[in-house]
Amino acid sequence: MTIQESKRLWVSLGVGLFWFLMLLWPLLGIKPGGLEFSETWAVFSKIAVAAVLIVAVYHLRQAGVLDFIGTPLVKASEAVGRGYQKAPTWLLLAVVLAAALIYPQFAGRYGNDVAISVLIYICLGLGLNVVVGLAGLLDLGYIAFYGVGAYAYALLSLHFGLSFWTCLPIAAMLAAISGCIIGFPTLRMRGDYLAIVTLGFGEIVRLILNNWMTLTNGPNGILGIPRPDFFGYNFASLSSLYYVILGIAVFTVLAVYRLNHSRIGRAWEAIREDETAAELMGVNTFLLKLLAYAMGATFAGLAGAFFASRMRFVGPESFTFLESAMVLAMVVLGGMGSIPGVILGVLVLVALPELFRDFELYRMLVFGGVMCTMMLVRPAGLWPAKRVGRRSEEME
Amino acid sequence: MNQDSRQPILELRNVVSAYGRIRALKGISLKVFDGEIVTIIGANGAGKSTTLMTMCNVVKAVEGDIFYKGERINDVAPDQLPTRGLCQVPEGRRIFPRLTVTENLDMGAFFRRDSAGIKEDLERVYDLFPKLRERRRQLGGTLSGGEQQMLAMGRALMSRPRVLLLDEPSMGLAPLLVKQIFDIIATINGQGVTVVLVEQNANLALQCAQRGYVLETGSVVMEDEASALLHNPDIRKAYLGE
Repeated sequence: MTIQESKRLWVSLGVGLFWFLMLLWPLLGIKPGGLEFSETWAVFSKIAVAAVLIVAVYHLRQAGVLDFIGTPLVKASEAVGRGYQKAPTWLLLAVVLAAALIYPQFAGRYGNDVAISVLIYICLGLGLNVVVGLAGLLDLGYIAFYGVGAYAYALLSLHFGLSFWTCLPIAAMLAAISGCIIGFPTLRMRGDYLAIVTLGFGEIVRLILNNWMTLTNGPNGILGIPRPDFFGYNFASLSSLYYVILGIAVFTVLAVYRLNHSRIGRAWEAIREDETAAELMGVNTFLLKLLAYAMGATFAGLAGAFFASRMRFVGPESFTFLESAMVLAMVVLGGMGSIPGVILGVLVLVALPELFRDFELYRMLVFGGVMCTMMLVRPAGLWPAKRVGRRSEEME
Repeated sequence: MNQDSRQPILELRNVVSAYGRIRALKGISLKVFDGEIVTIIGANGAGKSTTLMTMCNVVKAVEGDIFYKGERINDVAPDQLPTRGLCQVPEGRRIFPRLTVTENLDMGAFFRRDSAGIKEDLERVYDLFPKLRERRRQLGGTLSGGEQQMLAMGRALMSRPRVLLLDEPSMGLAPLLVKQIFDIIATINGQGVTVVLVEQNANLALQCAQRGYVLETGSVVMEDEASALLHNPDIRKAYLGE
């Protein structure tokens, strides 16, 4: 590292710390009784020392002082990477699936609970990925279809006594139909306008659920929704429920994978890239966008029906805008259009807040910080969608 | 002219189109006959691109009729026209930047189901543009401007068009590449594809085409044989910079 580079590094560190102080002091120092500096200073000095240490370590690493630790680590990670590349894809998938299958044997109640919510969000994320990642339609009201699926199962099972397995396709279908109903007027818009209108429709669905007392029991929600059963076997325990949602999630992954590599998937990508050009190439853009919307809604409907049976309760407050934003964040953080990326994004955004439960107060702060850092360091997502494209010079 | 007795493959009759309340085309009539290259020249904002977009129904004609193969196509959806052999290479190329070259070309044949024919056409496009074969696995957005223009033209050719509408194929390209693109246009025309060519580069366009239309603020102000237009003193003064 040259002197200039090192100078620039320390100067930017100084500027960053100053900015942080300016941010921190009003939060901690302005009290009803007057201004105070000691608390701010206590917090700030700890963070400043940590930051200086980190930059110093970085500096030493650049200078090569830490090579005696770094080199063996790099070698080890390279060896792992080589092994990873040599192993066939099916083997890796088999390992992941096997791990997923035996997971409940080792996890406790809490572990199963977290795993179930991870799998629910995987279904939601992959569904939204079809709409946002493939077709490029920014949907801020996606959670509405999750709600439609959940209420569909709740009402059908309580009023008509239909079993979970009959309700699952019905809930998916109802979600797809509501996707078409919402999509039909909104999909004529593009870009920002579409985002705002879908946001509005998402809220409309939530408000209907909240206020249609005779059907949905309003804000009190619906209680006593039955758990799924299968020829007399009742999925009452959490670990058995885990297998149900695992099955739904695997189905979702396979379906999205097939869609991704189909003619329709290609057309969706073309629409995302340039809608007018796609139209000029003979793509019926409106129909295909509607299809993307309906497909995305289908997976949300499946997840919703499961959610209702798992909680044994549905209420409108589970389907707020915040949930839509969370699912969208998972898709964007993981990597739009990439299936492993979305799964990774879900793991990070569901598991991370759980891990930081001990720091209760700072949980959301860390969460926000991680999101900001991610978008700076890896703007295309944790695991960006892999395209076969490579510059031809590199091919040889 | 002897051509008037023939049935045109594409014809606009008094077409008016507008963006909101602003009329971009104020009653345009033009004819395109099978197998020829027709050029539409004119200054910026004369309505050249709008004319092509109206032919494809992306911009709807508010008045007048558009005929293609003797059939009125005003109410045909834009995505149906490529299936009938009317395909456009839009202004600014508009390739799909995050799809590979092959995927871009496949999109051109999206509505076709004959995989054998598509494969054959893919080879034909690669023969016409060897550069694209070299870069077939590359993302469209990483190509140079000239290559992107070739990709856009190749993509349109994948739909096996009868009539190809080209909007400013020379835009932003180096002179040597422009010449190459115009040679390819002549080759495509030689293979039996009718070409409608919208151009700023009036000189080259008129050399390449058989007939030409001159557009000025949304109206056709002149139509003639291309060679006649090329030697017309008014045209030379206004568009050829003399």
